Amino acid sequence: MIGLSHYLFVAAALFCIGVYGVLTKKNAIAVVMGIEFMLNAVNINLIAFNHFMAPNHVIGQLFAIFIIGVAAAEVSLGLAIILSLYRQRHLVAIDEMDILKW
Amino acid sequence: MISLFYLFSAILLVFALGTVISTNLIHSALLMMGSFFAVAGLYLLLQADYLAMVQILVYVGAIAILLVFGVMLTRKGSIEESNLPNRYKGIGLLTALGLFGLLARSIYYTRFPAPPIGHPTQSILAIAQAFLLQYFVAFEALGILLLIAILGAILIGRDSK
Amino acid sequence: MDQFAWLIPTLPLAAFLIIVALTYRFKLLSAIVATSFSLGSLILAISILIQKIQNPKTTETFINWLTITANQQTVLTLQMGYLIDPLAAVMCLIVTLIATLVLLYSIGYMKGDEGFSRYFAYISLFTFSMLGLVISNNYFQTFVFWELVGLCSYLLIGFWFFKPEAADASKKAFITNRWADFGFLVGIIGLFTVFGSFNFTELSAVIGLHQNTLVLLILGLLVFLGPMGKSAMFPFHVWLPDAMEGPTPISALIHAATMVAAGIYLVARGYILFASVDSVMIVIAYIGGFTALFAATIALVQRDIKRILAFSTLSQLGYMMMALGVGSMTSGMFHLTTHAFFKALLFLGAGSIIHAVHDQDIFNMGGLVKKMPITVWTFVIGSLALSGIFPLAGFWSKDEILTVTLQHHFTGLFILGTLVAFLTAFYMFRLIFIALFGDKRSNHHAHESSWTMTLPLLILAILSIVAGLVNTPWFYQWTGMSFSTFLFFKEPEIPVIHWSIAGLSSLAALGGIFVAWIIYAKQHISADKLAERFKGAHTLLLNKYYIDELYGWVFNKGMIGLGKVFNFIDHTLIDGFFDGTATLIRSTGIQLRLFQTGRLQQYALVLFVAIAAMTIWGVR
Repeated sequence: MIGLSHYLFVAAALFCIGVYGVLTKKNAIAVVMGIEFMLNAVNINLIAFNHFMAPNHVIGQLFAIFIIGVAAAEVSLGLAIILSLYRQRHLVAIDEMDILKW
Repeated sequence: MISLFYLFSAILLVFALGTVISTNLIHSALLMMGSFFAVAGLYLLLQADYLAMVQILVYVGAIAILLVFGVMLTRKGSIEESNLPNRYKGIGLLTALGLFGLLARSIYYTRFPAPPIGHPTQSILAIAQAFLLQYFVAFEALGILLLIAILGAILIGRDSK
Repeated sequence: MDQFAWLIPTLPLAAFLIIVALTYRFKLLSAIVATSFSLGSLILAISILIQKIQNPKTTETFINWLTITANQQTVLTLQMGYLIDPLAAVMCLIVTLIATLVLLYSIGYMKGDEGFSRYFAYISLFTFSMLGLVISNNYFQTFVFWELVGLCSYLLIGFWFFKPEAADASKKAFITNRWADFGFLVGIIGLFTVFGSFNFTELSAVIGLHQNTLVLLILGLLVFLGPMGKSAMFPFHVWLPDAMEGPTPISALIHAATMVAAGIYLVARGYILFASVDSVMIVIAYIGGFTALFAATIALVQRDIKRILAFSTLSQLGYMMMALGVGSMTSGMFHLTTHAFFKALLFLGAGSIIHAVHDQDIFNMGGLVKKMPITVWTFVIGSLALSGIFPLAGFWSKDEILTVTLQHHFTGLFILGTLVAFLTAFYMFRLIFIALFGDKRSNHHAHESSWTMTLPLLILAILSIVAGLVNTPWFYQWTGMSFSTFLFFKEPEIPVIHWSIAGLSSLAALGGIFVAWIIYAKQHISADKLAERFKGAHTLLLNKYYIDELYGWVFNKGMIGLGKVFNFIDHTLIDGFFDGTATLIRSTGIQLRLFQTGRLQQYALVLFVAIAAMTIWGVR
């Protein structure tokens, strides 16, 4: 029988893969991908909790929808910034984006 | 059910690992799409059919495509070498594994209470009612947020000439 | 008439303002404005003096200029007003008279000078300040005008400020007076603290009742510091000889007749304070006597005509101070009056000579008697008066001082005074025999000065002859009054001639003239050989007892040493503390800045490590 813990393990693994992507990727788009994985892991958690802890409600799904909406906004803005940087300074590597440093 | 869970989970984790390990950004993007499909499958298993549809529509149909566009528009050098790890590779791996260890330990030792009985038959109806009655303001706020994000993206991304 | 007394100082002030605002470009007009306004003051002063002679009642008028209250109680009232008594009336006359004559004289003397209008503006300002000081009815106003005359003195000594010596001399005068005025101000504040008033009339009513002699002693000595500075008493005398760098009429007006006499005047004005403690009087008397002898000895060997007169002034001021100190205000003020006339005469005469010869060294003059007879003979009259030859003014006043000295049993000071009379006669006639008579010692083309310069000389010469007569028994028999029955402290005195004392002082003076005649006119004794014989003493006197060098050494070493200490404290300790604080914060910032690498992934790494750490903490 598959229980809540199984889903949580999967979500934790996905979250940590996202963390690894965020920390170790040079390319800004890859970093955004890592962030998407982390958000998806959270969504899986929310829906699993909803399903196993409160099957009479949809509150977890509502949270997930909000997160998806915010993620969509984040990606569009993030990509716009990356494009703009690429166009003006020819940068995609995130460790070269240090113009705001002191 | 059990085999489906393991199938989707395996696809999800393998594709996700492939996404972060691959050095080709195009491969990464495609693998990420696949993993998102697997997530949608998990949602279906969790009886969140509406969320599964939204996952495919938004993540696979919009966000992943958007990222592919981003990859194509910021081409710089060879595509095979476009997704290299930085110098935090070792410590990043260590952090990720350490974090997973901690989370797994927490999940393993936590005793969750027994679930109550009952199933919502029509989740889409419940979601619609919640959004349009109970959480109306939050729903509208999300809409405005997306609108502002669109405008901001256009403003930032357009050619400065 | 007294109600117009405020006009006396106001007229010169008006002249000053008119010159500065309107006539600065028109040189002759400036001179006419200054002189005529001063003449107006002189006429007012004469009429007030005449009125005082008829009715010697003291009149006082004042307004409360500034009142400070705390808790509905008046804590401080500053008055502006005037106090007209015989003392002020006499002093007003002296100041306005000398000022008018000097202004007239200066028209000729300063002709063609760049700062002609500036000069007349300064003198008008000075006359205003001096008269304001004279008619002041309280110590506070006195102090204000006291500082104003000090300022004018500074401006006029440094009138030719482009000459470094003049600029240095003006600074020296100002700074020396700062030391003295500091004590004076402390004394005035002390008086206010003890008696609660600055007013002369109120103070004279309460000082006599005060029992604590120590307080009066301290206050008296502090207030006396002011007169010591202004009247250049030892050890504050150093500024006066250097002050001769100013134009010569200035030396006559400020540094011989009026401003330096302000110290004497102030002692006379606040006499009740000094007279209340015997020891203060003794200090005053001995400082005066010492200065008289000290300056007279220096005058013996000087070569600069103005410096000889400056040391003579010092000596005579010491004489006046001595007279006040032994307890006779009348004789001190009488000598002040006569001295103002003949010393102004001598300075103006010296100015006339310098104007003609363009040199101040007496050994470069000589043979002037035929070229400029008026100057020379008025100068001789002034010298005779200064030496105290019968019946000129100096005879009567000097004799008066010696008499009171003996009457008050200061035998030592009497002998000293007689000796100074001898020395005075000697150095004055040394000057006369070398500079005016004898052969021409250098290639100069001296000529008599214009009438604006000789007229004041003649007027002053006449005054030097007759001014002394106002304090003679004959004058008393003729008019029923005299200087000593008009201006006195406590009791009027009827003038008497003590023929023995008069004879002794005359003998001393004649002896001085005789010795000078032998050495410098007949040259029976060689002055050079004398100087060779007493080489040590001669060098000492020529260098003015090395007092300037001593002060220079003390202030150079002491002040610079002190300055170095403070510099160390300021720059090393205080600045070090604050600079160190700043450096510490700055270096801390530089080190902390390195944490902000600007690499997002590094931040994220720290974030996740921190989350991990918190999770470990949570599940522990």
